[in-house]
Amino acid sequence: MHIPDGFVSATVNLSTGAACAALVGVAVARANRNLEAQTVPLLSVTAAFIFAAQMVNFPVAAGTSGHFMGALLAALLLGPWNALIVMTVVLVLQALLFADGGILALGSNLFNMGVVGGLAGYAIFLGLTFLLPKTRTGFLTSGAVAAWFSIVLASLFASAELALSGTIPFAVVAPAMAGVHSIIGVGEALITSTALALVISARPDLVQAAPRNTMLRRSL
Amino acid sequence: MKRSFRFFLVAGVVSLLIGIAVSPFASSNPDGLERVAEEKGFIENAESAELWSSSPLPDYGVDGVESEHISTSLAGLIGTMATLIVGFGVGRMLMKRRDEGKS
Repeated sequence: MHIPDGFVSATVNLSTGAACAALVGVAVARANRNLEAQTVPLLSVTAAFIFAAQMVNFPVAAGTSGHFMGALLAALLLGPWNALIVMTVVLVLQALLFADGGILALGSNLFNMGVVGGLAGYAIFLGLTFLLPKTRTGFLTSGAVAAWFSIVLASLFASAELALSGTIPFAVVAPAMAGVHSIIGVGEALITSTALALVISARPDLVQAAPRNTMLRRSL
Repeated sequence: MKRSFRFFLVAGVVSLLIGIAVSPFASSNPDGLERVAEEKGFIENAESAELWSSSPLPDYGVDGVESEHISTSLAGLIGTMATLIVGFGVGRMLMKRRDEGKS
């Protein structure tokens, strides 16, 4: 769902860009205080995995493809603010090196995929872990469902940006975007929960979101 | 320390393999947004054409490489390595300073 230049107006890109700048500022300030040196390799490898996995478009319905986004996985591994830094690195490199997503549209893309996908997705994850049993299955299910929401919500914000830019009315674009991304979201849920299960098996200490679930640690 | 290194080595190699070996088999169909843009008739709005020409590896390909498969693999290798290195550099730059942590 990388928005190319020309889809979204300068006003919308500037607004989303300003919001992202402020939130990335918060993420940087928090990293200065909290990001441990031993977490940096995880941050680096998470960014690389997300970049590589985003290249692999998988087919969804009728001549359409989708790909992994990864913001929620990053948020679960590193915390939502470090995830925003990871998504910033990935999206900036994609826009500059590969012209995937517009350069002017970077603000909107980072807003949809980093802020909405990562931060809002993480809030949904927290709500789900509160409701679901505090076990490994409950944890992975929360991650999978939140991953699905991260994609669908991001697609709705992209729809809103297109509508606010006068490109296409929200009532026309939103159902189409939400429809196709609800299928792509299933892929996101599968990849997120699989990756999460693998990391939990190998190194549960690396999963930032895991210590909140005291029962989970016992059941591992 | 050794155990920690092994995890990152495996995760890094898996990421590189996805970028190099799996990416050429990715679906080339339009993604969700492109599909909707085609259906709803605003795909022509995309202005990326001019910006693409200034991008070193437009659309995940390396100019001058005949085989599309190898071109995508190379782009995947370069991109995954670049994210790994930039991610590490940004992380080191932003991380907590040891002396500040003590005070």
